[in-house]
Amino acid sequence: MKYQYYPGCSLEGTALEYQLSTRAVMEAAGHELVEIEDWTCCGASAAESLSYLLSLALPARILALAETTEKPADILVPCSACYLNLKKVEEKIKKEPGLLEKLNEILSESGLTLKGKVRVRHLLDVMANDVGAKTFKALVKKRLERFSFAPYYGCQCIRPYAVFDDPESPRSMEPLIEATGARIHKWAMGSKCCGASHINTDPEVSMELVRAILMAARGADAIVTVCPMCQMNLEAYQGKISKIGHEDLHIPVLYLSQVIGLSLGLQAREVRLDLNLSVTDTFCKALNTAVTPD
Amino acid sequence: MDNLTHNETMHDERHSDSLVAVQKLVNSCLQCGTCTGSCPNAFAMDKTPRQLWHMVHLGYTDVIFSSRTFTLCSTCYTCTLRCPRGLPLTEAMSALKQIAARENPKFYRRSVLFYKNFMESVRRHGRVNEAEFMTLYFAELKNPLVPFQFAPLGIKLMLKKKISVRFPSRGNRLLEPVFRKVEEMEPTS
Repeated sequence: MKYQYYPGCSLEGTALEYQLSTRAVMEAAGHELVEIEDWTCCGASAAESLSYLLSLALPARILALAETTEKPADILVPCSACYLNLKKVEEKIKKEPGLLEKLNEILSESGLTLKGKVRVRHLLDVMANDVGAKTFKALVKKRLERFSFAPYYGCQCIRPYAVFDDPESPRSMEPLIEATGARIHKWAMGSKCCGASHINTDPEVSMELVRAILMAARGADAIVTVCPMCQMNLEAYQGKISKIGHEDLHIPVLYLSQVIGLSLGLQAREVRLDLNLSVTDTFCKALNTAVTPD
Repeated sequence: MDNLTHNETMHDERHSDSLVAVQKLVNSCLQCGTCTGSCPNAFAMDKTPRQLWHMVHLGYTDVIFSSRTFTLCSTCYTCTLRCPRGLPLTEAMSALKQIAARENPKFYRRSVLFYKNFMESVRRHGRVNEAEFMTLYFAELKNPLVPFQFAPLGIKLMLKKKISVRFPSRGNRLLEPVFRKVEEMEPTS
């Protein structure tokens, strides 16, 4: 299938490994990603804290750009924060009277119009439902049998819009992880908040949330994420949190697309494990124990 | 009200106007406390979310905007999902943040500067440039200690070439028409 692809700002910088592994895995599964031309920032969590209208106008511009193609395909978004910002516009213009007209008044200054015809999809939704665990399983070249992964969904890909999973007890990542041969680390923290951008403005509060997640992940070989913000919060402060609580809470954190990529036979350097802040040599060595299926 | 100065009274009235919109959002709140029980950040709040909605009902703007409660909402949407009345509570929290961003109370200054400099970088370049907006943010914070809290992570990210040093510049201004029109349609002061 063909998707219009919105990488978002993080995937060009701090989450480059998410971008590269997403592209590699989707290509391996036979899907085409066409990047939306001239895309701009969705407003992240900053716009909503300053202005309601701006928080909708920025993602509206992206949807309008996506609509300029002849037969607009679904928009594929790997970042959960971008996904929700775009999704919000898709949902709100259907319900809030006068909103579409207002947004079009803004967009007309840039020569764009929004009709509300494109569908916004999260990468996890597409991997779980369009590609499917079965397809991935058939493509597996390295079974990650000795690994146990803790699926971490975070908030914004499952709430407030319950599009493809249960918003409180999500499970959509499980068949995908099991397709790689790995086991699921059973825990109750998969849909709990990591504090999002509070790590910058109220770090002590956010680190408390991250600590609870890292504690529950003990026993797993890695945490698996689908959002650059969650990924950064869960992996960048492990040292600090361990030091404060006098307990070792270090654990590798990987993007789902990296885990799938590894099982499809991509090398660690191809899914750019070197870019993760939390992946250790021990973890990379353990990958060599992965078994080739008969 | 008697012991307020003229300026403080004016301040309060401006708050009240914008608060009407938030009151509408939480109008049918039952005060059941499901939001408080669901909030991952409630432990750090001086007023619980339920208490905050009560203050919004009563129009106690001075209490609302001297509390840090709304600033600690990390938009996880759990309260919105669970509210038995189906109220858009996360959106109501954001609406309070938007009022506060205009009024700029002292304790919220750091957050507002963070968001404003983030959006300034977006306005200039169309996309976020982490190194640039953190430079703008640090410069405005005027607290020489804050950059050091972020330095270890910044250095790690630079070594992995995930961020690069970029001095603030004018940028491509691709989003200028959007920002300008929004300012015209939604006056901020």
